[in-house]
Amino acid sequence: MSAAAPAPRFRPGARVAVRRADPPGHLRTPWYIRGKAGEIERLCGAFANPEELAYNRPGLPAQPLYRVRFRQREIWPDYAGPAQDTIEVEIYQHWLEPAQ
Amino acid sequence: MTDIHHLHPHPHPTAPDRDGPQGYYQALEIAVRELLIGKGIISADDVRRAVEAMDARTPAQGARVVARAWTNPGYKARLLADGTAAVRELGIEMATTRLIVVENAPALHNLVVCTLCSCYPRMVLGLPPDWYKSRAYRSRAVREPRAVLREFGTELPEAVELRVHDSTADMRYLVLPERPPGTEGWSEERLAALVTRDSMIGVTRCRA
Repeated sequence: MSAAAPAPRFRPGARVAVRRADPPGHLRTPWYIRGKAGEIERLCGAFANPEELAYNRPGLPAQPLYRVRFRQREIWPDYAGPAQDTIEVEIYQHWLEPAQ
Repeated sequence: MTDIHHLHPHPHPTAPDRDGPQGYYQALEIAVRELLIGKGIISADDVRRAVEAMDARTPAQGARVVARAWTNPGYKARLLADGTAAVRELGIEMATTRLIVVENAPALHNLVVCTLCSCYPRMVLGLPPDWYKSRAYRSRAVREPRAVLREFGTELPEAVELRVHDSTADMRYLVLPERPPGTEGWSEERLAALVTRDSMIGVTRCRA
């Protein structure tokens, strides 16, 4: 564990967007959440990058991992439930960018 | 036994074999396991012990945690702040994952799913039910969670926020259900008996 984890870029409450990308390999970013905007709920810590671990590489530096909260109606335009329903997803920092 | 059925002269049909052809991953598992044992890295008994330990974990572990939180406000605060450390107080080790405990309230209901595979808080709930691993649950719990809850017999009022937790990475989630009314003064053991597996996944509530 020599490589230090990059500093967390986002604080709880920050508005972020999930990158809309489709690289090959083992990804832990669900398809349905790519390109969507939400809010940082908490920083979970730094964890070895699963996209590297899957290929027996060390996955370092570890990536900050966040809980990101999204509004269901912003994920599914025809969501049948009320406006306050939410979904939280764990997203690694390299999949997030600032959003308005 | 005087079961008339067993007096019939015709032979019993034997239970059908349900062994299908060996799949790719079964063959892979056997090959890797045999190599690890052959090279002396692990023993057959290590594998057996690990399977036995996994099978011994049950939702009773999680129920103990919930009952302790219901009766001990200090414990509940520690559990919500750091689930991993708080379950360790009760002798439960999360191993490589970390535990986040999410609390239900009159205006908030939590539901847990893993859309990517079937991540499940096994250390506190044991092995997941088959439906948790099904493609239908994994996709519908995020897409139409209220319809899924309804199929589990849980009607959620419109005024309540439903918060779905998709376990996509290194965290595992345990729902802390609301303590049922009418259980004031109950012992931890008696309360723990009310706490079901499904209520800790979030597809239902606890009832007294």
